[in-house]
Order: sequence, then structure tokens, then C-alpha cells
Amino acid sequence: MIRKMHLSKGTGAGALLAAGSLLLTGCGGKNDGENKQAVANIGSDTMVNLAIAWADAYSKVDPTVSVEVNGGGSGQGVAALINDSCEIANCSRQFEEKELADFTAKHPGKEPKELMVGYDALSVFVHKDNPMTEISIEELQQMYSNNGKIAKWSDLGVSNIPGAKGDEIILVSRQNNSGTYHYFREAIVGKSNEMRLGTVDMNGSKDVVDLISKTPNAIGYSGMGYATPGVKHLKVSMKKGGSAVEPTIATTLDKTYPIARPMFMYTAGEPSPTIKKYLDWIISDAGQKIVAETGYVPLPK
Amino acid sequence: MAQAHFTETPFVRKKQRAEVIAKCFFGGMAAAMVIPLLLIVGYIVVQGAPSLSWEFLTTNPRLGGIRGGIWSALVGTLYIVAISLCVSAPIGVLSAVYLNEYAKDNWFTRIVNLAVVNLAGVPSIVHGLFGLGAFVYAAGMGKSILSASLTLAIMTLPVIIASTKEALSAVPVSFREACWNVGASRWQTIRHIVLPNSISGILTGVILQVSRTAGETAPIMLTGVATFKMVQGTGLFLYNPVEDQCMALSMHLYYIATQANNAAPSLPYAIATVLLGVVLVVNATAIGVRAYLRSRKKW
Amino acid sequence: MQTSVTNQRSPAPGRAAATRMKQRRGRLAMLGERAIEALIHLCGYSAIIFVFGIFFFVFREGAPFLAKLKPGEFLFSIDWFPTSQTNAKYGVGALIVGTLSVTGLAMVIAVPFGLGAAVFVSEFCTGKTKETLKVVIELLAAIPSVVWGFIGLTVMAPIIIKTFHVPIGVNMFNGALLLALMSVPIMVSIGEDALKAVPDSFREAGIAMGATRWQLIWRVLLPAAKNGLLAAALLGVARAIGETMAVLMATGHSVRIPHSIFDPVRTLTATIAAELGETSKGSDHYQVLFLIGILLFSITFVVNLTADLIVKGIKQK
Repeated sequence: MIRKMHLSKGTGAGALLAAGSLLLTGCGGKNDGENKQAVANIGSDTMVNLAIAWADAYSKVDPTVSVEVNGGGSGQGVAALINDSCEIANCSRQFEEKELADFTAKHPGKEPKELMVGYDALSVFVHKDNPMTEISIEELQQMYSNNGKIAKWSDLGVSNIPGAKGDEIILVSRQNNSGTYHYFREAIVGKSNEMRLGTVDMNGSKDVVDLISKTPNAIGYSGMGYATPGVKHLKVSMKKGGSAVEPTIATTLDKTYPIARPMFMYTAGEPSPTIKKYLDWIISDAGQKIVAETGYVPLPK
Repeated sequence: MAQAHFTETPFVRKKQRAEVIAKCFFGGMAAAMVIPLLLIVGYIVVQGAPSLSWEFLTTNPRLGGIRGGIWSALVGTLYIVAISLCVSAPIGVLSAVYLNEYAKDNWFTRIVNLAVVNLAGVPSIVHGLFGLGAFVYAAGMGKSILSASLTLAIMTLPVIIASTKEALSAVPVSFREACWNVGASRWQTIRHIVLPNSISGILTGVILQVSRTAGETAPIMLTGVATFKMVQGTGLFLYNPVEDQCMALSMHLYYIATQANNAAPSLPYAIATVLLGVVLVVNATAIGVRAYLRSRKKW
Repeated sequence: MQTSVTNQRSPAPGRAAATRMKQRRGRLAMLGERAIEALIHLCGYSAIIFVFGIFFFVFREGAPFLAKLKPGEFLFSIDWFPTSQTNAKYGVGALIVGTLSVTGLAMVIAVPFGLGAAVFVSEFCTGKTKETLKVVIELLAAIPSVVWGFIGLTVMAPIIIKTFHVPIGVNMFNGALLLALMSVPIMVSIGEDALKAVPDSFREAGIAMGATRWQLIWRVLLPAAKNGLLAAALLGVARAIGETMAVLMATGHSVRIPHSIFDPVRTLTATIAAELGETSKGSDHYQVLFLIGILLFSITFVVNLTADLIVKGIKQK
């Protein structure tokens, strides 16, 4: 018994030591070192890939600045800007009136400063084997709104989709507070209508495309840049039988493609010199080249 | 001695057949649980192999995670595991000591036990809501590693309590009585006799807690893990646990699998392999430790 | 099964010895000991504090909406339009049906397999085989839910479309299959405990009467371990209801009343996970999501309580 006690004392001390060293690793980890300036950049999920690509490239342009990107949605970016928890908010829409009021209440005398940084065109995707080539806004509305009449592929005059099971259209959508969802609802379904219940709501733009490429019965929308070999985009016309437009950079810029929207970055009032330098770089040729590379539409020259 | 002869009557044969069928039937049911595990692990590892390398583990992710490795996510998971362990291990062990050594057998103890069971049963996402309401907002910690770790610490407390309690109750009462009889106080008995003799159970609980914390996603998604965060350097000190959000392996898998564009097809499988590897190795360690210490037990 | 130590008081140590001990130990040590014992008591109560804390803080965030809440509409309406610009509606009926249907289907799959595996481990295996099987099942329990979800999303979805000729692969069946695999380990371990608790004399009596293994299991063991097996199933149910990441990724996340097991559905947990990140703090939508949290908390509380009472009932027998 006594020997056992001695032995256990040693074990106990060892355990204590281990716990202590864990505590040190856990709590002593502070990121000091060189004094880099951190810029918090929060907001739209649509823009998050782009914002990350910018931040990554900019770390080589100006190594003294570290841009920290976070997604979460346009609403979160706006909220963070209002609460001073970020310097730049990414928004795939403009400030809403209520948000503007909240902002001025918190920051008297300041206005959110808006910078347009590119465009995002939403493509309508179907499975790559789907024979369909174009669709009209009208038809999309009938499919996606809650009182719409189109629920079967035969209603669209499409039959014989290779690999499809049954006639049901699987409507793929996004979770109901993403910026992409908001824009699509506004552009297609209209403000006064509701989105159809029973859409398959995915949590990311890539998810949508992934699901469609695995599901011959599906149709869905996502950023133009998310196209993969497993899916194909449809040309979009305003009315059935009207001239259908391919989603491209050119058609987005000349506004003939109907489902495209600008993307913004907001700062609280005039940006500081460091941030201004970053924003200027974003709308420069170097920054805009990255926009095109990541699948979005750059600003017109 | 006359040897007994059994004649194989139809009844005996029928019985033997029933025995075999029953064994196959229930064995099949067990196999249906075990085989998927092996298939799944195998499939994930094979699919992820093209992306796996030492470099993959030790470089930071770039371009939103689709290039580079997973180092900062690994470190983030390590931070969360370490901090939540520092919190939940002492509370969990002491709580088990209370329940096994001090608590009287009355209604109050039953309620405490019930609370432990329910704490284990609360859905992980509700723990996340709690962490958000309590730590992030009410305590003003913001979304940070600390908030996420505390949330997980509370969530995994029952793992440590249950395992420690089992170990404590396995220490024979005669050990305690011997100690009391030489005049040791209750705490001295616990400190020098009971706890050292139940170290195996405590260690198992701690290791299981680590594995649980490392794999959890939903609660930390709400309380302090970012989908992507740029960090400098590749050391261990990448984050400030009080202020920073971090990346974590589990969240990284979710993000890459559902949201990141243009990632290599093998990338999510590679992350899943690493996550599975971490969790399974940790669990296997727990099982090994338990078996080793059990074999050394002398009573 | 456990013997509580505290029930058996040690015989009081000799008075003289005790005084000697007390004199030897300093005042400080005494105080330290008091402090430690107070700490132990505090930690002992911590579980209660945390359970109430969880309820309090989740409820606190969701409570302001209670004034506007119509309970009937909240629980039974299937209109989930939380971000509507004209007329937001918060009916979680379809989400409740989603949770219940996925959980129900998962249990239809998991209960026979889980309890069957428990019978196999407890009655047919011995020595090495038994240990190995238990280890494997323990490892099965350790696989993180996000990995399960990932498997459902990438591996099982295409297989389900091909095998069952259904239009979509992320659906109720996919989610239920994952939940079944996830909740089996807990059923096996609790179920095995329950079977172990059946006295060997029952088995011996059965064998002596000439019963086959089947008869022994069906007529003797299962009825005798009935309550324990029920508790095992209930704990599996609680695990399945509370699961988040796997169902978020594999059920298709679609607000609807399912008509077949291959329809996509959406669960309560997945809704919180998917939508909370982007709602602004204090908005109606945010508060409703916290109320869903309270709903989940209550459901699992009741299920766990029932399971616990059943287990306690066995122990007291």
C-alpha cells in the first residue's frame, strides 16, 4: 500500500506537469511578432472566394498588411460594420434603409462609403445531360414562386432527360438568408411573392452545382463562376420565345443578361490610408484581373 | 470409464442447426455495423491519398483553403481541444469525486445525476446556441477561440464525469476503509488512494473528451470558428485565444465540402482522412491505455 | 450495480489517533482541505448549474418573440417564410415532421440492427472476438458527424439515385441511414449492459429445459432485458434527434411534408445551423431560431428523462 502511494505521487505530479504545459500551450499562444496591420473584411458569401483571392494576392503587394476575410453573408458584413467589428464589409447588395438608419445612429455624421468592385451574374444550371438549352424568366417564376404552376419537366416541354427518374423537377435553391437567395427571389419571384416551399436549400454556391451535377432531375441557380463540367448553364430570356442571352462577361456588362448584380465593399466613412490603398488596388487592373480569374465579372474599363 | 455416446437424433440436429442460424443471423447484424466502418474509412483514405503529404499537413491553407495545406486548421483544433480540456478535466473529475465520494443517496443526488445525463443529451446545436447567448454575447467574449472552447468544455463534461465515476466506483471500499482507519481524512484518502487507483478511467475519459472535441462542428460554428482565416507563420502560436477566431479541422471539412469553389476533388477526402485519423488514433489510444492499466490492476 | 461508497461509513477511527493526526497537520492544511472540499461540492453541482444555464441563456435570446408568438401556428403551420419581405411566417410544422420522420426511419433501421448486434456481442461472442467487436463499435461511435454528413453527400447520394431510381439522392432515407449508423453504438453498449444484467440462472434454466438459442433469446433474454433494451433504443432516439451536421448535409434541407422516404426533408437542428449564422442579432428570425432550440432542448430532455427513469427502475429491482 505504501509503495503504491509513492508511485501514485509520482504519477500525480506527472499529470499535473502535463496539464500545466497544456495550459501554457493553450493560453500562452499570442501572436506577437512583427507589427502587421490587420484589416478585418467580413460579409457576403458570394464574394468570399473573391475577397480571399484578393487578400491572398495583396499579401505579396504589401506584406505589412494582413487582410482577414470572413464569410457569413452580406447581412453579417453590414452588422459588423455597424458594430465596428470590421473595417471593410462585403455586400452583394446595397444597404437597406433600416441598416442605414442603424448605421447613422451608431456613427453620427458618417455615411457608409460604397465602392463597386465587380459584378456577379447568376447562371441557371441544369445537369449536363439535360437537353434543355434556354429558359425564360416567366418560366423560372412559375417554377420558383409559391403559387407557380410548373412542377414537372413535361410542363416545360422537356422529356427524356438521360438518367432522370420520373418527371419531377428538383428545384435547388439556397438557404433563405444568403445574399444570392435574396437577389434571386427579388429578380425572379418578385418582392410580393413567396419562394416555393419544398425547394432543396443548399448551404453554399458550390453545393448547388454539386447537387445538380449528381441529380439529372434538378435545376438551380448559382454564381456564374461556379460552373463545373457536370452542369451546363441555360440561356435566359425575359419571355418565352424571346431572344435568350448567354451569361457572359459581355452580356453582364451591357445589361442584356437579366440576372446579374453589382458587388460592393463598404467602409464606415472615409477609409484610412492603408485601407484606401487596398481598395484602390482592388479596382486597379491587377485587382480586377483576379475578379475575372475567380469567375466573376470585372468592372468595365 | 465408459464413454458416453450421443446419438444424433433429429432433435439434436435441429437444435444445432438453429444454433448456427442464430449465430449467423445476429453475427450478420453486427457485421452490418462493422463493415460500413471499414468500407467508409478505406474509401475516404483512398480518395484522399492524392492530396496527402507531409507538406499538406504543415503548410497553411491559401486561397480560401483550396490551395496549400491545413496547418492553421490543425492548430486551431489543437487550441480548442487544449483549452476546453483545461476547463472540463478538473471540473469533470471533481464533479465525479463529489458524486461518488461525497454525495449522499438522496433525491438531490438523483437530480445531479439526472442533470449529468441531460447535459450529455442536449443536442450539440443547442449547446452552440447556449455558447452564443452566454459566452459570445452575455459575457462579452465575442466570437473567439475562448468562447468556442468553453462551449465544448461544458458539452463534453459528461464524458469525463461518466468515465471517472465508473473508475472511482471500481476502487474497492476496503481501500478507503484501510486509509480512514489510519486516521486519514476524507480528502487525503481521495487524493492518495482513490484518485491514483482510478487514473486509468480518468485518462480514458480525458482522451475520449479530446476525440469528441476534435470532431465537433455545429457548436463551434456558432461561437468562434471562421470558415477561413489568414495567419502568418507556421509555428504553434498562430492565434490569440481570447480575441481571435480560428479555423478548425471539422469546420474546414464542412466548408471545403460544401462551399469552396474549384478545390481539387481529393481535397475534402484528404481533410476527412486527417480528421478521421486524429479522432481514431486518439480513441485507439484511450482503448489501449485502458487495456494496459487494467492488466496491471491487482485486485 | 454500483455500490455507493458513502453508504458504508467507515468505523470511526480511534479518538486518540484522530487527535494525534489533527495536531500533526497544520491549520493551513485543514483550511486547504476545506477549500478543496468546497470546490468539489461546487463542481458536483455544476451539471445542474449548466443545464439551467443552457435553458436560461437560450430562452433569454428567444423570449422577446414569445409575445408575438401564436403557439398553434408555430407548432403546426408548415409555412416557413422567415425572410419574407411582406409577411414573414414562422411555422415549424414541416421541420418537426422532418425531424420526427428522419428519426423514426433511422430507428426502424437501427433498433433491430443495434439490438441484434448487442445480442451477438453479449450472447455469442467470448474473449478476443468480443473485445475486438466492442472496440470496433466504440470507434464507430467516434466518427465525427461532419464526416458522416460528407459521406452522405458525396458517396451515398449517387448510390441512392442509382439503386432506388429516385430523382434526388440527398433525402430522408440518406439521412436516416447515417443516423442509424451513428446511433447504433450507444444502443449496442447500453443493450449489452442490459443483457449482461440478466442472471445466468435464467439462461441455465432455459438450456436445461431444452430450449434452442432462438427460443432462449426470444422467450427468455429479450423479455428479461426488455426495459434496458427500451432505454437503449430511447438513448438512440435522443442521439438521432439532436444530430446536426449529418442531417444538414444529407437530408436535402427542404421544407416540406414528405410523401415517401425518398423525399428530401429538413430538420429542426439543421435549420438552426443553416440560418443562424446570417440572421442579425435580436431580429424575429433570430429569436425564433432560439425558440426552436428550446423546443429541441425540451424534446431531448423528456426522452432522456424517460430513458433514465427506465434504467433506474432496473437498478432498483
